[in-house]
Amino acid sequence: MREQILTFLEKNSKIDLGELAILLGSSEAVIANEVQKMEQEHIICGYHTLIDWDKTSVDKTTALIEVRVTPQRGQGFDNIAERIYNYPEVQSVYLISGAYDLLVILEGKTLKEVASFVSDKLSTLDTVISTATHFILKKYKDDGIILAKKSKDERMLVTP
Amino acid sequence: MRNPLADKAVAIKPSGIRKFFDIASEMEDVVSLGVGEPDFDTPWAVRDEGIYTLEQGKTFYTSNAGLKELRQEICRYLKRRFGLEYDPLHETFLTVGGSEGIDLAFRAMLNPGDEVLIPQPCYVSYLPCVELADGVPVTIDLKAENEFRLTKQELLEHITDKTKILVLPFPNNPTGAVMERKDLEEIAEVIREKDLFVLSDEIYAELTYTEENHVSIASLPGMKERTILINGFSKSHAMTGWRLGYCCGPRQILDQMVKIHQFAIMCAPTNSQYAAVVALRDCDQEVAKMREAYNQRRRYLMHAFREMGLPCFEPFGAFYVFPCIKEFGMTSDEFATRLLEEEHVAVVPGNAFGDCGEGFLRISYAYSLEALKIALGRLEKFVTKLRAEKEK
Repeated sequence: MREQILTFLEKNSKIDLGELAILLGSSEAVIANEVQKMEQEHIICGYHTLIDWDKTSVDKTTALIEVRVTPQRGQGFDNIAERIYNYPEVQSVYLISGAYDLLVILEGKTLKEVASFVSDKLSTLDTVISTATHFILKKYKDDGIILAKKSKDERMLVTP
Repeated sequence: MRNPLADKAVAIKPSGIRKFFDIASEMEDVVSLGVGEPDFDTPWAVRDEGIYTLEQGKTFYTSNAGLKELRQEICRYLKRRFGLEYDPLHETFLTVGGSEGIDLAFRAMLNPGDEVLIPQPCYVSYLPCVELADGVPVTIDLKAENEFRLTKQELLEHITDKTKILVLPFPNNPTGAVMERKDLEEIAEVIREKDLFVLSDEIYAELTYTEENHVSIASLPGMKERTILINGFSKSHAMTGWRLGYCCGPRQILDQMVKIHQFAIMCAPTNSQYAAVVALRDCDQEVAKMREAYNQRRRYLMHAFREMGLPCFEPFGAFYVFPCIKEFGMTSDEFATRLLEEEHVAVVPGNAFGDCGEGFLRISYAYSLEALKIALGRLEKFVTKLRAEKEK
């Protein structure tokens, strides 16, 4: 049941819980109870809205930054990750397998703002060996949603 | 000029669905609940394979029976999902949609005067196909109180010494009814005893919402040799436009079907066949996802009808519900016409699927939840209006 609720909420956190209960063949009280518990257990960590900022007048620049670091004795990567993720302009920080260690997703107003974050704050951290910054030029699909096109029902109206 | 037409063709009744299509097509802002095909796109992996094989120039005929690779994949799939065992070389072949298989089976099996039992309400093809094959269709009126399942008693009542084939269209279009193992066992007993054959149209097999998976009558003891199994990719893999189905059954019958297929069709679309290999090999998860989505909408619709007070048995298959509208004192056709004209909602009247569907509507839930909500809102408004009219 939990997985089913989460699958729904992940795609549509605005869904009415009574309606969700009908869809899953359960009752609203049961669903509401589960949701509340999952909020308390921090399985559900927040309710976000997927926005195509390109369609607004707000300027946003998103960059993916590959960061190579020296892990610290007794701390591994956690300490350095924390020092990075505490910056509010940092959207996400992932520990990655492969050629580099941390993937940092950064959101700034302008290219310059992102660049100065990298040069002033990120690169100057003791444990950071190197960084490589990639700017996002266009988002085609985000969080499983295709942003580029709207689909239309092309079926005939009535068929046997 | 002399009469250019065959009496047999002229005698066939046109489908009752056409009229609604014509009216609805002329209207703006119609919300349709009248579609008999999935709303999902074909899984991307399947489309991608289709594109790839076109790029590779795989655009020639296949053998009459279809790609060997695909037939093998079909047999593996039938074993995996329904415990059926078929020989890919002699007991399986590809058709142009499930519909071609239906037509071929009657043409290969019927002699003039042979009777075919057709439980109704059902899909519109069986009856005319039997007539075109010089068979005699004998309809069995299924009942709402039996949840539109075929009972042993109903079957026995319609068997004569001319009866040869029983059409078994479950999960059912238009009612959404299913036949579970216990129901099929009773039918199978009669089939064996009376020495009959079954045309089992299982095109909606993947869309079954009971605890137990869909059961094929061909998997019951002594039934494989008496069953022509019709299935395909249209509903399970959302591939209606690819026109690809398949047929499994005893070699003796299939040899004749393939012979007719060879002269009439040559082979099923090559591109679709290559794509279908991927559908069966890699898409079980996608199929399960679609099934779950349909099941949720089904529950939503059942809830909405309960709220509206429209009597409706709970269907456990396909993507249709079949609510009863007898309380309004009008025919299905009148109800559907007024609903379309006054609220711009298209549904199919139950009698389009046989006379005993009179008093019912076929409502499809092959739509997004958002679309269903709009349509149900309008339907509710309409029902309330009709009840107020009756009060006066």
